[in-house]
Amino acid sequence: MLSRVANSIYWMSRYAERAENVARFVAVNLELMLDSDVGVEQQWLPLVDTSGDHKDFLKRYGQADEQNVVRFLAFDRENPNSIFSCLQASRENARTVREIISSATWNQLNEFYLYVRDHADKPDSIESLSRLLDQIRRGTNTYMGLMDSTMTRDQPWQFALLGRMLERADKTSRILDVKYFLLLKSATQVGTPVDHIQWGAVLRSASAWEMYRKKHGGISPEDIVEFLLLDPDFPRSVRFCLNAALESLRAISGTPPGLVRNEAERALGRICSALTFTSASEIISQGLHEYLDDLQTRVNQAGEAIYDTFFALKAPGNPETKARPGSPALGQFQD
Amino acid sequence: MDIGSYNPEEFYDEMFEAPGRPWPAASLLAQRLANLPQEELLARQRAAETAMVRMGITFNVYSDNQGVEKTFPFDIIPRIVSAAEWTHIDAGLKQRITALNLFIDDIYHDQKILKDKVIPREIVESSKCLRPQCMGLNPPRGVWIHITGTDLVRNSDGVVYVLEDNLRCPSGVSYVLENRHLMKTVFPRVFESARIRPVDTYPYELRETLEYLAPDSVAEPRCVVLTPGSFNSAYFEHSFLAQQMGAELVEGSDLVVFDDRLWMRTTDGFERVDVVYRRIDDDFLDPEAFRKDSMLGVPGLMRVYKAGNVALANAPGAGIADDKVVYAYVPRIIKYYLDQDPIIPNVPTHICSEEKELKHVLANMDKLVVKAANESGGYGMIVGPAASAKEREEFAAKVKADPRNFIAQPTLSLSRVPTICDGELEGRHVDLRPYILYGDDVYVMPGGLTRVALRKGSLVVNSSQGGGSKDTWVASEDTPSC
Repeated sequence: MLSRVANSIYWMSRYAERAENVARFVAVNLELMLDSDVGVEQQWLPLVDTSGDHKDFLKRYGQADEQNVVRFLAFDRENPNSIFSCLQASRENARTVREIISSATWNQLNEFYLYVRDHADKPDSIESLSRLLDQIRRGTNTYMGLMDSTMTRDQPWQFALLGRMLERADKTSRILDVKYFLLLKSATQVGTPVDHIQWGAVLRSASAWEMYRKKHGGISPEDIVEFLLLDPDFPRSVRFCLNAALESLRAISGTPPGLVRNEAERALGRICSALTFTSASEIISQGLHEYLDDLQTRVNQAGEAIYDTFFALKAPGNPETKARPGSPALGQFQD
Repeated sequence: MDIGSYNPEEFYDEMFEAPGRPWPAASLLAQRLANLPQEELLARQRAAETAMVRMGITFNVYSDNQGVEKTFPFDIIPRIVSAAEWTHIDAGLKQRITALNLFIDDIYHDQKILKDKVIPREIVESSKCLRPQCMGLNPPRGVWIHITGTDLVRNSDGVVYVLEDNLRCPSGVSYVLENRHLMKTVFPRVFESARIRPVDTYPYELRETLEYLAPDSVAEPRCVVLTPGSFNSAYFEHSFLAQQMGAELVEGSDLVVFDDRLWMRTTDGFERVDVVYRRIDDDFLDPEAFRKDSMLGVPGLMRVYKAGNVALANAPGAGIADDKVVYAYVPRIIKYYLDQDPIIPNVPTHICSEEKELKHVLANMDKLVVKAANESGGYGMIVGPAASAKEREEFAAKVKADPRNFIAQPTLSLSRVPTICDGELEGRHVDLRPYILYGDDVYVMPGGLTRVALRKGSLVVNSSQGGGSKDTWVASEDTPSC
């Protein structure tokens, strides 16, 4: 398939996944606020760190209260990672590849985007905001479901899955990072109800609450790190997502088992191996934050290798035939 | 709203011969409409509009650099064409396309028609659409105009005229296909009982037309649609046609020339391209051959084309037959090459470069429609009777400054079709753009895009100027069945 098209599908998928994640983070935090006696600023500011630009937020909003953070993360058109901006970018990428994706996928994404656009500035109560966030999550999940059930497992679908899985891994690692940091600071509260509520919120932010309870039962920070980072079967754990991304890469190039065909596979394969052979206690003892920071950097490097391998093809020899800018795929990594 | 009380007024109406008396081909539809409660009809109109938004059937407006998407307003009351009339139109279009193709080929080779003084040489040589780069060019299979969208209008005299030949990148066919798709959900029962000729095979015919052009040595030709990009006003159509044909939709930056071949960049490396259905004007096609500042095209494309290693549809240079001044000579072109009289007449046209005609035009600006030779989309024209004295004066100055670039025609009283306007049925003026494919033989799509001027009294049907569209139903036989 065309390199430009592959790039657009990849970003269409990443942005939709990003929108769904941010909607979930905000919804979980809204609910958490009803239970919590932790300071407001302490609850909302970390959320900005998981999904947007801290400096940009402080410059334009100042205070991190519920109203400001929700506006910034959900509906701010100047924040490129707000739910609205993500859906817009996802839909705009889809529009440029609509002849490649199935009509069902396009129709859902388009209709859903138009709905959010028309309702984005309206929610004036916590009830209507929760409802809208719920609809956003349903909308993105319906779109993913339609894509999975109407598209052939060839390159376009694989590039979409690749984007989705890399974005999901990134988001899970971020939510773990900021929340863990916050929780360590309130170490006096370990084992208290507040602590349990907070850890519950971390798990819910990754849709992991129920599945975690099934597997591990009691709440322990080490088990949570294990589950969100290293669990081989939970579909939002970092390891699961990166393994799935690697599978897609191999399917795209038709790489047989045991072989490596390109830099993208090599970069991602290294990260997956490291995740397979480490443990939660090892990670915590060396510092979770440092570990996650390094992980995010390496995942971004893998993203760049994907760009070089598939999207930025250079013609043989002749300097005139270098890739020229066309319609730019709308996409950016989050710093 | 009641179809029974609909009044065609003094205009030619495509549905009603006289108040309460539909044309035979339209009687079944008129009857169904009469039996449909008003709310039901309006609900169906709304459902069709919603579906268009949901499916993203949109065009972008040029003047807006944000590329704001608008839907092309769609009216669910179709325009009906009888089988007998279509037979006439079909024959007329085939005749016209055949003659125009011979004309273009002659202009870029021997120029017999100029030597025989059927058309003044300076008209052709001063045309902005003449491409000296194409002299001596032999396009694959001798075809220059593979895809045409000819604009037809019916005047109050009941006669159908050719208003314009669109030989470069005529757009709108995607709306024909999508409109038909919507109409089947809006009026399923009518479709069941009426015998309406299908238009759905167009993408298949288009693909056949393109594959026919591929170099002989290629067993399975790769065809692509070349678009200027997602901000182009017709992007939806480019994307739709690529999807329906199963062709790749490419931008200039996806293509590259090396080893005398055209290639596209894919995730598996470079793949060869054999046929390009280009939706980019000649000027932007190849910065080496045409405009040097073009970022949309592919450097070296014309070299590959001339070497016979890729086919382009339509052929560069074909626009010479699309010049609005050359248009005035088309009846003579048909006579010259085919020795036949035109089956579908031209609208009588004044050529401003002829002094006597220019005087007449300047003296009668209030009665005429004056058009620039190379503009489209309803731009660069003035409808005399509808314009203010000041607007006419300003336009007259432009005509005087460059008479070669203008023609004038009488203001036609375009025929009308009942249309839903603010919950009422009112007559609105229409034209008709059938699409013609020229490959192994000439195929005329049975139907086409009926464009409707939605503003009361307006004669301008262009999508960029407040026009909408309707489905066009061509009856497959003339028993009163449609």
